[in-house]
Amino acid sequence: MSQSYNRGLIEDFSRWREFQAGMWAWIFHKFTGWVLIGYLFTHIAVLSTAIPAADGATMMFQGSQTDVFTGTIVSLEGLLLVRILEVGLLAVAVFHMLNGTRLLLVDLGVGLEAQDKSFYASLILTGAITVASVPTFIAGAF
Amino acid sequence: MSTQIPKQTDESSDTDAEAEAPSKGDERRDEKRRRAAEERARRQAEEAEKAAADEETVELKVFRYDPEIEGKQEPRFDTFHVPFTKGMTVLDALMYSRDTYDSSLTFRHSCRQAVCGSDAMFVNGGQKLACKTQISDLEEPIRVEPLPHAEVRKDLVVDLEHFYDQMEAVEPYFQTNEYPDGELEEQRQTRENREKIKMSTRCIWCSACMSSCNIAAGDNEYLGPAAINKAYRFAMDEREGEDMKQKRLEIIEQEHGVWRCQTQFSCTEVCPKDIPLTEHIQELKREAVKNNLKFW
Repeated sequence: MSQSYNRGLIEDFSRWREFQAGMWAWIFHKFTGWVLIGYLFTHIAVLSTAIPAADGATMMFQGSQTDVFTGTIVSLEGLLLVRILEVGLLAVAVFHMLNGTRLLLVDLGVGLEAQDKSFYASLILTGAITVASVPTFIAGAF
Repeated sequence: MSTQIPKQTDESSDTDAEAEAPSKGDERRDEKRRRAAEERARRQAEEAEKAAADEETVELKVFRYDPEIEGKQEPRFDTFHVPFTKGMTVLDALMYSRDTYDSSLTFRHSCRQAVCGSDAMFVNGGQKLACKTQISDLEEPIRVEPLPHAEVRKDLVVDLEHFYDQMEAVEPYFQTNEYPDGELEEQRQTRENREKIKMSTRCIWCSACMSSCNIAAGDNEYLGPAAINKAYRFAMDEREGEDMKQKRLEIIEQEHGVWRCQTQFSCTEVCPKDIPLTEHIQELKREAVKNNLKFW
Protein backbone atom coordinates (compact mmCIF):
# COMPACT_ATOMS: atom_id res chain seq x y z
CA MET A 1 0.00 0.00 0.00
CA SER A 2 1.30 3.39 -0.83
CA GLN A 3 1.58 5.55 2.23
CA SER A 4 2.94 8.79 0.87
CA TYR A 5 0.76 11.14 -1.10
CA ASN A 6 2.99 14.16 -1.21
CA ARG A 7 2.23 15.64 -4.59
CA GLY A 8 3.93 18.84 -3.55
CA LEU A 9 3.21 21.67 -5.93
CA ILE A 10 0.67 19.71 -7.87
CA GLU A 11 -1.57 19.33 -4.87
CA ASP A 12 -1.84 23.10 -4.58
CA PHE A 13 -3.90 23.41 -7.73
CA SER A 14 -7.52 23.93 -6.75
CA ARG A 15 -7.68 21.18 -4.20
CA TRP A 16 -10.53 22.68 -2.22
CA ARG A 17 -12.20 24.55 -5.04
CA GLU A 18 -15.81 23.56 -4.81
CA PHE A 19 -17.35 22.33 -1.62
CA GLN A 20 -20.80 20.80 -1.60
CA ALA A 21 -23.41 21.21 1.13
CA GLY A 22 -22.33 18.10 3.05
CA MET A 23 -18.74 19.34 3.27
CA TRP A 24 -19.75 22.79 4.55
CA ALA A 25 -22.00 21.14 7.12
CA TRP A 26 -19.04 19.07 8.30
CA ILE A 27 -16.70 22.07 8.50
CA PHE A 28 -19.25 24.23 10.35
CA HIS A 29 -20.04 21.38 12.71
CA LYS A 30 -16.36 20.92 13.56
CA PHE A 31 -15.86 24.67 13.98
CA THR A 32 -18.90 25.21 16.19
CA GLY A 33 -17.95 22.15 18.22
CA TRP A 34 -14.52 23.58 19.03
CA VAL A 35 -16.01 26.99 19.83
CA LEU A 36 -18.43 25.37 22.28
CA ILE A 37 -15.59 23.48 23.97
CA GLY A 38 -13.67 26.74 24.29
CA TYR A 39 -16.74 28.44 25.74
CA LEU A 40 -17.15 25.62 28.25
CA PHE A 41 -13.88 26.58 29.93
CA THR A 42 -14.78 30.28 30.31
CA HIS A 43 -18.23 29.19 31.47
CA ILE A 44 -16.73 27.05 34.23
CA ALA A 45 -14.31 29.82 35.19
CA VAL A 46 -17.10 32.34 35.63
CA LEU A 47 -19.45 29.98 37.43
CA SER A 48 -16.73 28.84 39.83
CA THR A 49 -16.74 32.32 41.41
CA ALA A 50 -19.85 31.01 43.19
CA ILE A 51 -17.60 28.94 45.50
CA PRO A 52 -15.86 31.89 47.20
CA ALA A 53 -19.15 33.80 47.02
CA ALA A 54 -20.81 31.08 49.10
CA ASP A 55 -18.09 31.60 51.74
CA GLY A 56 -19.01 35.26 51.85
CA ALA A 57 -16.29 36.72 49.57
CA THR A 58 -17.13 40.18 48.29
CA MET A 59 -15.74 42.61 45.73
CA MET A 60 -16.07 46.30 45.02
CA PHE A 61 -18.62 46.82 42.29
CA GLN A 62 -20.05 50.21 41.34
CA GLY A 63 -19.06 51.69 44.66
CA SER A 64 -20.61 49.08 46.89
CA GLN A 65 -19.62 45.66 48.25
CA THR A 66 -21.29 42.87 46.23
CA ASP A 67 -20.60 39.17 46.38
CA VAL A 68 -17.99 37.94 43.90
CA PHE A 69 -20.38 35.88 41.82
CA THR A 70 -22.93 38.62 41.12
CA GLY A 71 -20.19 41.18 40.68
CA THR A 72 -18.34 39.12 38.09
CA ILE A 73 -21.43 38.36 36.04
CA VAL A 74 -22.87 41.85 36.12
CA SER A 75 -19.56 43.47 35.23
CA LEU A 76 -19.07 41.02 32.35
CA GLU A 77 -22.56 41.72 31.08
CA GLY A 78 -21.73 45.40 31.13
CA LEU A 79 -19.08 44.94 28.43
CA LEU A 80 -20.28 45.54 24.86
CA LEU A 81 -17.90 42.88 23.53
CA VAL A 82 -19.40 40.24 25.80
CA ARG A 83 -22.92 41.17 24.65
CA ILE A 84 -21.94 40.75 21.00
CA LEU A 85 -20.06 37.50 21.69
CA GLU A 86 -23.19 36.16 23.37
CA VAL A 87 -25.13 36.57 20.14
CA GLY A 88 -22.35 34.68 18.37
CA LEU A 89 -22.43 31.98 21.03
CA LEU A 90 -26.15 31.52 20.55
CA ALA A 91 -25.69 31.24 16.78
CA VAL A 92 -22.94 28.67 17.22
CA ALA A 93 -24.92 26.63 19.74
CA VAL A 94 -28.12 26.69 17.69
CA PHE A 95 -26.34 25.60 14.52
CA HIS A 96 -24.53 22.83 16.36
CA MET A 97 -27.83 21.59 17.77
CA LEU A 98 -29.73 21.70 14.50
CA ASN A 99 -26.93 20.15 12.47
CA GLY A 100 -26.47 17.58 15.21
CA THR A 101 -30.09 16.60 14.77
CA ARG A 102 -29.51 16.43 11.03
CA LEU A 103 -26.50 14.17 11.57
CA LEU A 104 -28.56 11.99 13.89
CA LEU A 105 -31.11 11.54 11.11
CA VAL A 106 -28.30 10.78 8.66
CA ASP A 107 -26.96 8.14 11.05
CA LEU A 108 -30.41 6.62 11.24
CA GLY A 109 -30.62 6.61 7.47
CA VAL A 110 -33.58 8.98 7.37
CA GLY A 111 -33.88 11.44 4.50
CA LEU A 112 -30.40 11.04 3.06
CA GLU A 113 -31.57 12.40 -0.27
CA ALA A 114 -32.53 15.67 1.43
CA GLN A 115 -29.30 16.05 3.40
CA ASP A 116 -28.33 19.23 1.53
CA LYS A 117 -31.77 20.76 2.02
CA SER A 118 -31.74 19.97 5.74
CA PHE A 119 -28.33 21.67 5.97
CA TYR A 120 -29.66 24.81 4.29
CA ALA A 121 -32.73 24.66 6.52
CA SER A 122 -30.59 24.50 9.65
CA LEU A 123 -28.54 27.45 8.38
CA ILE A 124 -31.64 29.55 7.73
CA LEU A 125 -33.21 28.61 11.06
CA THR A 126 -29.95 29.50 12.84
CA GLY A 127 -29.94 32.87 11.11
CA ALA A 128 -33.56 33.55 12.04
CA ILE A 129 -33.11 32.61 15.70
CA THR A 130 -29.92 34.67 15.92
CA VAL A 131 -31.58 37.74 14.47
CA ALA A 132 -34.56 37.29 16.78
CA SER A 133 -32.25 37.09 19.78
CA VAL A 134 -30.44 40.36 19.04
CA PRO A 135 -32.93 42.66 20.88
CA THR A 136 -32.70 40.50 24.02
CA PHE A 137 -28.91 40.35 24.12
CA ILE A 138 -28.06 43.83 22.92
CA ALA A 139 -30.85 45.75 24.77
CA GLY A 140 -29.32 48.61 26.73
CA ALA A 141 -25.77 47.80 25.67
CA PHE A 142 -25.30 50.95 23.60
CA MET B 1 -19.81 12.58 -31.09
CA SER B 2 -18.38 10.43 -28.37
CA THR B 3 -18.51 7.24 -30.40
CA GLN B 4 -17.04 8.76 -33.54
CA ILE B 5 -13.38 8.44 -34.34
CA PRO B 6 -11.99 11.93 -34.87
CA LYS B 7 -11.11 12.57 -38.49
CA GLN B 8 -7.43 12.49 -39.27
CA THR B 9 -6.13 14.94 -41.86
CA ASP B 10 -4.28 13.18 -44.62
CA GLU B 11 -0.82 14.62 -44.82
CA SER B 12 0.87 11.81 -46.66
CA SER B 13 -0.52 12.55 -50.14
CA ASP B 14 1.71 15.52 -50.99
CA THR B 15 4.83 14.03 -49.42
CA ASP B 16 4.46 10.87 -51.50
CA ALA B 17 5.30 12.76 -54.69
CA GLU B 18 8.55 13.97 -53.18
CA ALA B 19 9.44 10.49 -52.05
CA GLU B 20 9.88 9.49 -55.70
CA ALA B 21 12.32 12.33 -56.34
CA PRO B 22 15.97 11.18 -56.11
CA SER B 23 16.87 13.16 -52.97
CA LYS B 24 18.63 11.70 -49.92
CA GLY B 25 16.48 9.93 -47.30
CA ASP B 26 17.71 12.16 -44.49
CA GLU B 27 16.84 15.29 -46.39
CA ARG B 28 13.38 14.03 -47.06
CA ARG B 29 12.80 13.16 -43.47
CA ASP B 30 14.07 16.56 -42.38
CA GLU B 31 11.82 18.21 -44.90
CA LYS B 32 8.90 16.14 -43.74
CA ARG B 33 9.52 16.96 -40.12
CA ARG B 34 9.89 20.64 -40.88
CA ARG B 35 6.66 20.60 -42.83
CA ALA B 36 4.81 18.78 -40.09
CA ALA B 37 6.03 21.29 -37.53
CA GLU B 38 5.04 24.17 -39.79
CA GLU B 39 1.67 22.58 -40.38
CA ARG B 40 1.13 22.15 -36.66
CA ALA B 41 2.14 25.70 -35.87
CA ARG B 42 -0.07 26.98 -38.69
CA ARG B 43 -3.04 24.98 -37.47
CA GLN B 44 -2.57 26.07 -33.88
CA ALA B 45 -2.37 29.71 -34.94
CA GLU B 46 -5.41 29.23 -37.15
CA GLU B 47 -7.41 27.72 -34.33
CA ALA B 48 -6.40 30.49 -31.95
CA GLU B 49 -7.49 33.02 -34.58
CA LYS B 50 -10.74 31.19 -35.09
CA ALA B 51 -11.25 31.12 -31.36
CA ALA B 52 -10.94 34.86 -31.24
CA ALA B 53 -13.31 35.42 -34.14
CA ASP B 54 -15.69 32.55 -33.80
CA GLU B 55 -17.74 31.69 -30.73
CA GLU B 56 -18.02 28.05 -31.70
CA THR B 57 -14.80 27.00 -30.01
CA VAL B 58 -14.25 26.06 -26.40
CA GLU B 59 -11.23 26.98 -24.34
CA LEU B 60 -9.63 24.13 -22.46
CA LYS B 61 -7.02 24.60 -19.75
CA VAL B 62 -5.32 21.29 -19.26
CA PHE B 63 -2.92 20.37 -16.47
CA ARG B 64 0.46 19.30 -17.80
CA TYR B 65 3.27 17.62 -15.91
CA ASP B 66 5.90 15.12 -16.90
CA PRO B 67 8.50 14.11 -14.32
CA GLU B 68 10.68 12.42 -16.93
CA ILE B 69 11.36 15.45 -19.11
CA GLU B 70 13.37 18.25 -17.59
CA GLY B 71 11.43 21.11 -19.13
CA LYS B 72 8.08 19.69 -18.02
CA GLN B 73 8.77 18.91 -14.37
CA GLU B 74 7.16 22.15 -13.30
CA PRO B 75 3.38 21.65 -13.40
CA ARG B 76 1.67 24.04 -15.79
CA PHE B 77 -1.56 24.59 -17.66
CA ASP B 78 -1.78 24.41 -21.46
CA THR B 79 -4.58 26.14 -23.28
CA PHE B 80 -6.30 24.45 -26.21
CA HIS B 81 -9.02 25.89 -28.44
CA VAL B 82 -11.30 23.13 -29.64
CA PRO B 83 -14.07 23.59 -32.23
CA PHE B 84 -17.34 22.88 -30.49
CA THR B 85 -19.74 20.34 -31.91
CA LYS B 86 -23.13 19.52 -30.49
CA GLY B 87 -22.99 16.82 -27.84
CA MET B 88 -19.24 17.19 -27.33
CA THR B 89 -17.89 15.78 -24.09
CA VAL B 90 -14.77 16.76 -22.17
CA LEU B 91 -13.14 13.53 -23.36
CA ASP B 92 -13.92 14.42 -26.99
CA ALA B 93 -12.30 17.80 -26.51
CA LEU B 94 -9.22 16.22 -24.90
CA MET B 95 -8.92 13.71 -27.74
CA TYR B 96 -9.22 16.49 -30.29
CA SER B 97 -6.50 18.45 -28.51
CA ARG B 98 -4.22 15.44 -28.41
CA ASP B 99 -4.78 14.47 -32.04
CA THR B 100 -4.57 17.99 -33.41
CA TYR B 101 -2.17 19.99 -31.24
CA ASP B 102 -0.05 17.95 -28.91
CA SER B 103 0.35 14.22 -29.22
CA SER B 104 2.16 14.06 -25.87
CA LEU B 105 -1.00 14.96 -23.95
CA THR B 106 -1.61 11.91 -21.79
CA PHE B 107 -4.86 10.67 -20.28
CA ARG B 108 -6.62 7.36 -19.76
CA HIS B 109 -9.70 6.51 -21.75
CA SER B 110 -11.19 3.45 -23.33
CA CYS B 111 -14.89 2.83 -23.88
CA ARG B 112 -16.06 6.50 -24.11
CA GLN B 113 -19.47 5.55 -22.72
CA ALA B 114 -19.10 5.63 -18.93
CA VAL B 115 -18.60 1.91 -18.52
CA CYS B 116 -14.87 1.32 -18.21
CA GLY B 117 -14.22 3.97 -15.57
CA SER B 118 -10.84 5.03 -16.97
CA ASP B 119 -11.32 8.75 -17.43
CA ALA B 120 -12.26 10.15 -14.04
CA MET B 121 -10.76 13.65 -13.90
CA PHE B 122 -11.01 16.89 -11.96
CA VAL B 123 -13.05 19.11 -14.26
CA ASN B 124 -13.87 22.66 -13.18
CA GLY B 125 -13.36 21.80 -9.54
CA GLY B 126 -15.21 18.50 -9.36
CA GLN B 127 -14.48 14.82 -9.93
CA LYS B 128 -16.19 13.95 -13.21
CA LEU B 129 -16.14 11.17 -15.73
CA ALA B 130 -14.82 13.02 -18.79
CA CYS B 131 -16.77 10.93 -21.28
CA LYS B 132 -20.14 11.73 -19.73
CA THR B 133 -19.53 15.39 -18.96
CA GLN B 134 -21.03 17.63 -21.61
CA ILE B 135 -19.00 20.68 -22.62
CA SER B 136 -22.24 22.66 -22.92
CA ASP B 137 -22.88 22.15 -19.17
CA LEU B 138 -19.56 23.68 -18.17
CA GLU B 139 -18.33 27.19 -17.71
CA GLU B 140 -15.45 28.32 -19.84
CA PRO B 141 -12.50 28.09 -19.69
CA ILE B 142 -12.75 24.44 -18.74
CA ARG B 143 -10.03 23.41 -16.32
CA VAL B 144 -9.06 19.77 -16.60
CA GLU B 145 -6.80 18.37 -13.91
CA PRO B 146 -5.81 14.94 -12.65
CA LEU B 147 -7.72 13.48 -9.70
CA PRO B 148 -6.73 15.12 -6.41
CA HIS B 149 -5.31 13.07 -3.52
CA ALA B 150 -3.46 10.71 -5.82
CA GLU B 151 0.03 10.80 -7.18
CA VAL B 152 0.32 12.24 -10.68
CA ARG B 153 2.25 10.04 -13.08
CA LYS B 154 1.97 12.27 -16.12
CA ASP B 155 -0.44 14.99 -17.25
CA LEU B 156 -3.90 13.65 -16.34
CA VAL B 157 -2.80 10.16 -15.35
CA VAL B 158 -2.70 9.38 -11.63
CA ASP B 159 -1.42 6.34 -9.77
CA LEU B 160 -4.45 4.23 -8.78
CA GLU B 161 -2.48 1.43 -7.13
CA HIS B 162 -3.58 2.43 -3.63
CA PHE B 163 -7.22 2.60 -4.72
CA TYR B 164 -7.02 -0.89 -6.19
CA ASP B 165 -5.34 -2.15 -3.01
CA GLN B 166 -8.25 -0.85 -0.95
CA MET B 167 -10.74 -2.42 -3.33
CA GLU B 168 -8.97 -5.78 -3.08
CA ALA B 169 -8.89 -5.52 0.72
CA VAL B 170 -12.65 -6.13 0.99
CA GLU B 171 -12.45 -9.27 -1.17
CA PRO B 172 -14.68 -8.01 -3.97
CA TYR B 173 -15.86 -11.35 -5.26
CA PHE B 174 -18.69 -13.76 -4.48
CA GLN B 175 -17.84 -16.44 -1.94
CA THR B 176 -20.02 -18.72 0.13
CA ASN B 177 -20.07 -21.92 2.12
CA GLU B 178 -23.81 -22.40 1.84
CA TYR B 179 -24.82 -24.42 -1.16
CA PRO B 180 -28.29 -25.47 -2.25
CA ASP B 181 -29.18 -29.14 -1.69
CA GLY B 182 -29.37 -30.56 -5.19
CA GLU B 183 -26.13 -30.84 -7.12
CA LEU B 184 -27.45 -28.91 -10.10
CA GLU B 185 -29.54 -26.51 -8.02
CA GLU B 186 -29.04 -22.78 -8.67
CA GLN B 187 -28.17 -20.22 -6.02
CA ARG B 188 -31.28 -18.08 -6.14
CA GLN B 189 -31.71 -14.52 -5.05
CA THR B 190 -35.06 -12.90 -4.26
CA ARG B 191 -36.17 -9.95 -6.34
CA GLU B 192 -36.24 -7.77 -3.20
CA ASN B 193 -32.65 -8.65 -2.40
CA ARG B 194 -31.58 -7.92 -5.95
CA GLU B 195 -33.25 -4.51 -5.72
CA LYS B 196 -31.46 -3.85 -2.44
CA ILE B 197 -27.99 -4.35 -3.88
CA LYS B 198 -28.81 -3.09 -7.37
CA MET B 199 -27.25 0.35 -7.07
CA SER B 200 -24.12 -0.96 -5.35
CA THR B 201 -23.37 -3.28 -8.29
CA ARG B 202 -23.01 -0.31 -10.63
CA CYS B 203 -19.53 0.66 -9.46
CA ILE B 204 -17.05 1.03 -12.33
CA TRP B 205 -13.91 1.50 -10.18
CA CYS B 206 -13.26 5.00 -11.49
CA SER B 207 -11.92 6.28 -8.13
CA ALA B 208 -13.84 9.57 -8.30
CA CYS B 209 -15.34 8.97 -4.83
CA MET B 210 -12.00 8.07 -3.28
CA SER B 211 -10.51 11.24 -4.73
CA SER B 212 -13.34 13.42 -3.43
CA CYS B 213 -13.26 11.97 0.09
CA ASN B 214 -11.73 14.31 2.63
CA ILE B 215 -11.16 11.51 5.11
CA ALA B 216 -9.50 9.19 2.61
CA ALA B 217 -7.17 12.07 1.76
CA GLY B 218 -5.86 12.29 5.30
CA ASP B 219 -6.03 8.61 6.23
CA ASN B 220 -4.42 6.25 3.76
CA GLU B 221 -5.66 3.23 5.66
CA TYR B 222 -9.30 4.21 5.31
CA LEU B 223 -10.99 1.78 2.95
CA GLY B 224 -12.75 4.56 1.09
CA PRO B 225 -16.29 4.80 -0.29
CA ALA B 226 -15.82 2.53 -3.30
CA ALA B 227 -14.37 -0.36 -1.30
CA ILE B 228 -17.05 -0.08 1.40
CA ASN B 229 -19.69 -0.02 -1.31
CA LYS B 230 -18.14 -3.17 -2.71
CA ALA B 231 -18.30 -4.76 0.74
CA TYR B 232 -21.94 -3.69 0.97
CA ARG B 233 -22.71 -5.30 -2.35
CA PHE B 234 -21.59 -8.71 -1.04
CA ALA B 235 -22.48 -8.38 2.65
CA MET B 236 -26.07 -7.59 1.72
CA ASP B 237 -26.25 -10.35 -0.85
CA GLU B 238 -28.34 -13.06 0.85
CA ARG B 239 -26.83 -15.83 -1.27
CA GLU B 240 -23.48 -15.56 0.51
CA GLY B 241 -24.99 -16.79 3.77
CA GLU B 242 -24.54 -15.86 7.44
CA ASP B 243 -20.92 -17.01 7.90
CA MET B 244 -19.65 -14.91 5.02
CA LYS B 245 -21.64 -11.90 6.19
CA GLN B 246 -19.91 -12.15 9.58
CA LYS B 247 -16.54 -12.28 7.87
CA ARG B 248 -17.35 -9.25 5.73
CA LEU B 249 -18.62 -7.26 8.69
CA GLU B 250 -15.38 -8.03 10.54
CA ILE B 251 -13.43 -6.45 7.68
CA ILE B 252 -15.52 -3.30 7.39
CA GLU B 253 -15.99 -2.60 11.11
CA GLN B 254 -12.27 -2.30 11.77
CA GLU B 255 -10.80 0.99 12.92
CA HIS B 256 -10.20 2.26 9.40
CA GLY B 257 -13.36 0.77 7.97
CA VAL B 258 -16.84 2.28 8.01
CA TRP B 259 -16.30 4.28 11.20
CA ARG B 260 -13.99 6.75 9.47
CA CYS B 261 -16.88 8.05 7.36
CA GLN B 262 -17.96 11.51 8.52
CA THR B 263 -21.00 11.73 6.22
CA GLN B 264 -19.73 14.62 4.15
CA PHE B 265 -21.61 13.22 1.14
CA SER B 266 -18.77 14.15 -1.24
CA CYS B 267 -18.63 10.64 -2.68
CA THR B 268 -22.36 10.51 -3.28
CA GLU B 269 -22.20 13.90 -5.03
CA VAL B 270 -19.44 12.95 -7.45
CA CYS B 271 -20.35 9.33 -8.25
CA PRO B 272 -20.90 9.18 -12.03
CA LYS B 273 -23.12 6.12 -11.62
CA ASP B 274 -25.31 7.77 -8.96
CA ILE B 275 -24.59 5.15 -6.31
CA PRO B 276 -25.89 6.31 -2.90
CA LEU B 277 -22.51 5.62 -1.29
CA THR B 278 -23.11 7.42 2.00
CA GLU B 279 -26.39 5.59 2.44
CA HIS B 280 -24.63 2.26 1.98
CA ILE B 281 -21.86 3.18 4.40
CA GLN B 282 -24.42 4.29 7.00
CA GLU B 283 -26.35 1.08 6.60
CA LEU B 284 -23.20 -0.95 7.14
CA LYS B 285 -22.48 1.08 10.29
CA ARG B 286 -25.91 0.14 11.62
CA GLU B 287 -25.35 -3.48 10.62
CA ALA B 288 -22.03 -3.46 12.47
CA VAL B 289 -23.61 -2.03 15.64
CA LYS B 290 -26.52 -4.49 15.50
CA ASN B 291 -24.03 -7.28 15.01
CA ASN B 292 -22.06 -6.39 18.12
CA LEU B 293 -24.95 -5.52 20.43
CA LYS B 294 -25.76 -8.47 22.63
CA PHE B 295 -28.44 -8.39 25.30
CA TRP B 296 -27.83 -10.99 27.94
